[in-house]
Amino acid sequence: MKKRSTAMLTIFSFGFAFLYVPIFLLIVYSFNDSRLISVWGGFSTRWYTALFEDEQIIDAALLSLQVAAISATFATILGTLAGLALTRMANFRGRLFFTGILAAPLVMPEVITGLSLLLLFVSLQELIGWPGTRGAMTITIAHITFSMAYVAVIVQSRMLTLNRSLEEAAMDLGGRPFRVFVDITLPIISPAMLSGWLLAFTLSLDDLVIASFASGAGSNTLPMVIFSKVKLGVTPDINALATLIILVVSIGIAIAGWIMFRQNKSLSQQNT
Amino acid sequence: MAESMTNHQQAFGDLLWRRIVIVLPYLWLILFFLVPFAIVFKISFSDPIVAQPPFTPLFDQSQSFLNWFQGSLNNYLFLLEDNLYWVSYLRSIKVAFISTICCLLLGYPMAYYIAQSAPTKRNVLLMLIILPFWTSFLLRVYAWMGILSTNGIINSVFLWIGVIDEPIQMLYTNFAVYLGIVYTYLPFMILPLYANLERLDLNLHDAAADLGGKPLQVFWDITLPVSLPGVIAGSLLVFIPAMGEFVIPALLGGLDSLMIGRTLYDEFFVNRDWPLASAVASILLLILVLPMVLFQRNQAKSAEETS
Repeated sequence: MKKRSTAMLTIFSFGFAFLYVPIFLLIVYSFNDSRLISVWGGFSTRWYTALFEDEQIIDAALLSLQVAAISATFATILGTLAGLALTRMANFRGRLFFTGILAAPLVMPEVITGLSLLLLFVSLQELIGWPGTRGAMTITIAHITFSMAYVAVIVQSRMLTLNRSLEEAAMDLGGRPFRVFVDITLPIISPAMLSGWLLAFTLSLDDLVIASFASGAGSNTLPMVIFSKVKLGVTPDINALATLIILVVSIGIAIAGWIMFRQNKSLSQQNT
Repeated sequence: MAESMTNHQQAFGDLLWRRIVIVLPYLWLILFFLVPFAIVFKISFSDPIVAQPPFTPLFDQSQSFLNWFQGSLNNYLFLLEDNLYWVSYLRSIKVAFISTICCLLLGYPMAYYIAQSAPTKRNVLLMLIILPFWTSFLLRVYAWMGILSTNGIINSVFLWIGVIDEPIQMLYTNFAVYLGIVYTYLPFMILPLYANLERLDLNLHDAAADLGGKPLQVFWDITLPVSLPGVIAGSLLVFIPAMGEFVIPALLGGLDSLMIGRTLYDEFFVNRDWPLASAVASILLLILVLPMVLFQRNQAKSAEETS
């Protein structure tokens, strides 16, 4: 038994290092003064300075943040409704089909989702003259579509583990379904909705393929600019950008984790 | 009378709320997920033209159905004739399959280790597995470029130690593609495996061991069957997206690392042949329907078992 757990620990540590070493190296090399990876030219923050002077990157970052914030919000609303429909609405017609098309975007290869959405936008343009130009709006719609499935999964699993007695009691006392949802269910599932929002935000901020298809000429999101820069090799200012993104994401997750931890703690205190 | 009015209004309100909850996400998915596939399928039968948009109209009344039908299979016939596409599809299946096996071999012991550690430790370990997933996928793939390139970290260290005399070509090879896929999709394998292994009753293990079961036999008879839904879910969660992967072969792969996602992307953005790209996508979707249905079934089954 002892020997086996040592072997397990070795594999676990290896896998763990495999996941983290590349990220760690990226951070270290963002402070390398030399342009070459093979040479350590001393500590420097010059790539960060270069980054903030690069207007193309700043514009792209602003566009990406805007798209991510709007699409995450709509994805959270739609995903929560979908999660609610699947857990709280008794059998409705086409439920199985609904489950199917809700989960499909989770595994659908991005090239297919991207291509099909672009062709939809082009066809709609032909038919009804909307959406006019492709850009922030079409990218946002595309991102809502693929990230609402993630929110739905998170909300759904929270709803399934939720003790229904509170909701049932409120219903028995004559609460209308909508009020029960707002007063009882919503506060309990809000941590799940927050993590859903954060996940949708991150997925949108990170998406290259779907955005490339959905955007028109001229609107470049951050991943599109990064991709065009790194296609030909390592560029130090992207290392700096990566470090900043990792920093922001880590802080965001830490805050979300703390909120959820507090929420869980107060919930368990209420229950006892 | 007044009371029945309010009752009526309330019933209407309840119904309206129910409608909104179901219909709103449903309609969104039908309009922005389902209808687009129908359009892809339709356009895969049209011919490319130099115009905006670059394909022949969807409905052309001037042609008879038979003419339209004969002309429209061109894209699929072209896919059959040109080796490039066959090779891409087959290579994608092979790469996705081997990467899935590698993820399973590395992910299974990791999930098992987490499931067996103390409950307080579990959540932290699990969090650490999920954390990389939250940081940019694109940037994590990019990180490997600096590690694998000929003047990258691995080659520098090896040259310095003296293991090798000249740099090994690792970046822009198939090896780099496998590495990239296993690296980015490993959490997708570990999470469903963990969810199943966590439920494993360790008493069963001890009982089997007490009765003289060899470790391998205990694993084969008890652990594996319990974790099988997780193995299936994890494998499909790696295999399906890996099949259509674009970023990893584009950044880490060489010119010969053809995968269908990249071929589709190039067909669309470089050659601007939208109908052919649609045909490529339609066939890819056809290949993936079976694993996707398998995935749905598996999820539905394990959801039933837990509830």
